[in-house]
Amino acid sequence: MTPPPAVPPRAEVRKTYKLYVGGAFPRSESGRSYEVLDHRGRFWANASHASRKDVRDAVVAARKAFPGWSDRTAYNRGQVVYRIAEVLEGRREQFEAEIRTAEGVSATRARAAVDAAVDRLVWYAGWADKLAQVVGGANPVAGPYLNHSAPDPSGVVGVVAPDGPLLGLVSVVAPVITTGNTCVVVASEPHPLTAVTLGEVMATADVPGGVVNLLTGPRAELAPWLASHLDVDGLDLTGVADADLARELEAAAAQDLKRVRRPRPEDLGATPGLERMTTFLETRTVWHPVGT
Amino acid sequence: MSTPDASPFEYAPAPESRAVVSLRPSYGLFVGGEFVEGRGEPFKTVSPATEEVLAELVEANGADVDDAVAAARKAHTRTWSRMSGAERGKYLFRIARIIQERSREIAVLETLDNGKPIKESRDVDVPTAAAHFFYYAGWADKLEYAVPGAGTPRSLGVAGQVIPWNFPFLMLAWKIAPALAAGNTVVLKPAETTPLSALLFAEICQQADLPPGVVNIVTGAGATGRALVSHDDVDKVAFTGSTDVGRAIARAVAGTDKRLTLELGGKAANIVYDDAPLDQAVEGVVNGIFFNQGHVCCAGSRLLVQESVAEEVLDRLKRRMTTLRLGDPLDKNTDVGAINSSAQLARIRELADAGEAEGAERWSAPCELPEKGFWFAPTVFTGVSQAHRIAREEIFGPVLSVLTFRTPAEAVEKANNTPYGLSAGVWSDKGSRALWTAQRLRAGVVWTNTFNKFDPASPFGGYKESGYGREGGRHGLEAYLKGADQ
Repeated sequence: MTPPPAVPPRAEVRKTYKLYVGGAFPRSESGRSYEVLDHRGRFWANASHASRKDVRDAVVAARKAFPGWSDRTAYNRGQVVYRIAEVLEGRREQFEAEIRTAEGVSATRARAAVDAAVDRLVWYAGWADKLAQVVGGANPVAGPYLNHSAPDPSGVVGVVAPDGPLLGLVSVVAPVITTGNTCVVVASEPHPLTAVTLGEVMATADVPGGVVNLLTGPRAELAPWLASHLDVDGLDLTGVADADLARELEAAAAQDLKRVRRPRPEDLGATPGLERMTTFLETRTVWHPVGT
Repeated sequence: MSTPDASPFEYAPAPESRAVVSLRPSYGLFVGGEFVEGRGEPFKTVSPATEEVLAELVEANGADVDDAVAAARKAHTRTWSRMSGAERGKYLFRIARIIQERSREIAVLETLDNGKPIKESRDVDVPTAAAHFFYYAGWADKLEYAVPGAGTPRSLGVAGQVIPWNFPFLMLAWKIAPALAAGNTVVLKPAETTPLSALLFAEICQQADLPPGVVNIVTGAGATGRALVSHDDVDKVAFTGSTDVGRAIARAVAGTDKRLTLELGGKAANIVYDDAPLDQAVEGVVNGIFFNQGHVCCAGSRLLVQESVAEEVLDRLKRRMTTLRLGDPLDKNTDVGAINSSAQLARIRELADAGEAEGAERWSAPCELPEKGFWFAPTVFTGVSQAHRIAREEIFGPVLSVLTFRTPAEAVEKANNTPYGLSAGVWSDKGSRALWTAQRLRAGVVWTNTFNKFDPASPFGGYKESGYGREGGRHGLEAYLKGADQ
């Protein structure tokens, strides 16, 4: 008597990785995708291959979100960024698994990477309502005037994220949004999937739609549209390793005098300074006469 | 002189003597602590009030710029960056004192070369310049407090600085004082129409025994400026001037390690609410646009007045404008001096004509313009729409565009409807409304119930296409320092 055939294993329900724009998860309007491989070089998933139109849609979403986000109290923005950390902590197994699949690192290292990302978010969350006192303040002018300077977000910031699935992305997004900017992010080209999963965290962490917009696809194709877009106020080139491309992007950004953060060697694991925040802040100085 | 016949104010001429200034027939460059011959083409600087040639200068060519940068590098490496902050500060204090001692001479020279009224150069430009050196002198030995979280910061190296013609001596102070306090050395290029006060400053550096090469002055026009800002051995570029040149500089430094700060154009809104103290507001509007002939990047060139008081404000404004005295800049009673150059006059005329052609209504204060020199009567345009060129482009002259609004939200919307974001004004007696408005204006300096106030302790600089970086205060110092980790 032959044994009954084995029950086929359950087919898992796989995730479709899309973009994160305006709080929603659309596919690229171009209908394109590209293959993302795991650390062994095997097919993992198809990521959206975003287009120029997607960049423009994302900038529109970021611009629309800017007045509301920048107008929130610093305390409230700090709470939202802290909430991102909370939700990320709660979904840490998923991120650890994705990091292991993407990079082939040990469980310990994957856990440490998520720890660092969560802690980085908490660090920035605390800055939201303190930075103005550190970088702004009262100016003792020689006359009967009340005069003070305070930081104000630059607006919409285009971010080319570095490689490294999670910590790199968190390290460039958190400083930009904590201070009230909104952003359009070109995610790591080889590791785009964790960015999309982080979008799911944002979407459930009370981050208003459009504050963070995540695009996946080739940097060299997408970044120039961000650099030349006249409704983008700042450009973070951290993830641009190609010096020629970095120069071209900075030159394109000069057209409307975007604030540009150049790529440079740095240890994203180290405790950051203020510079990632202050690069995308304006200083507004207000004078008022004093008298009876 | 400008006073109309009906005016009860008749003034006798009260010219400031120019005997205090001794002009040389020709000037070279200031490199490595010495005046040297330049190797480029000679050019002349004229008094814009009379078209009299004041002196001949020389355009620094590429080799001259090389020499100046090399002198600055040597001074940075061997002297200035090795000196203690306290010692550097003492040189800056000396400079501040010499500026105060020679203030009359500097003011007269500035007025001769620039065309601005002597009362402005005497009461604003020169004292504020001295105050800048005094302010930054005190920072030189306190740099570890200047960049939060960056430890003890270091100087950047050689700064290439290019300044405009509207506040020649004051802009020099804004550039040189923080650079030197932070331990940098500088090569500065004054504007080609107003080089003389920078060369006088070179003499001041000699009197102060400033180590050779710490300050170098190269004269010339655009080509000299390009050679300086794109020089490979310059670590930091600071520019004040037009947005178009600012863009070109930003492109030129792309992909390099050079740091860049830009203070560019503006199209500031001056918002007058219906509850404003109108007499004060009108004074502020007049000061905002006619101070320094409107050659001010932060000039309040768009008056946004609430509809309910528009007529009254305009009546008072025109009445006040008729009392402005235009004429000899050296006369102590002059309110409005000469336009700085024939090229700038042509630009102002072209935009004013465009204002009329596009349908706005033009009104100029009744005043006689001198026959010689470059002059433009204080002018106001009403019926201006946001699409008009005179509401969008920087005129950089004594031309005010008037628009109206009904609600605070509309005022803010219109004020921010510009690619610029340097300054803005708000006039209201209601504190909460003034602050609500100030918080929403995308501008680096907001004057509430005042305008065109400057102070070394107060950061100045723009949002958007008005540039980036701040001058003045701790912020201005930060632009010349790098953190311990960089």
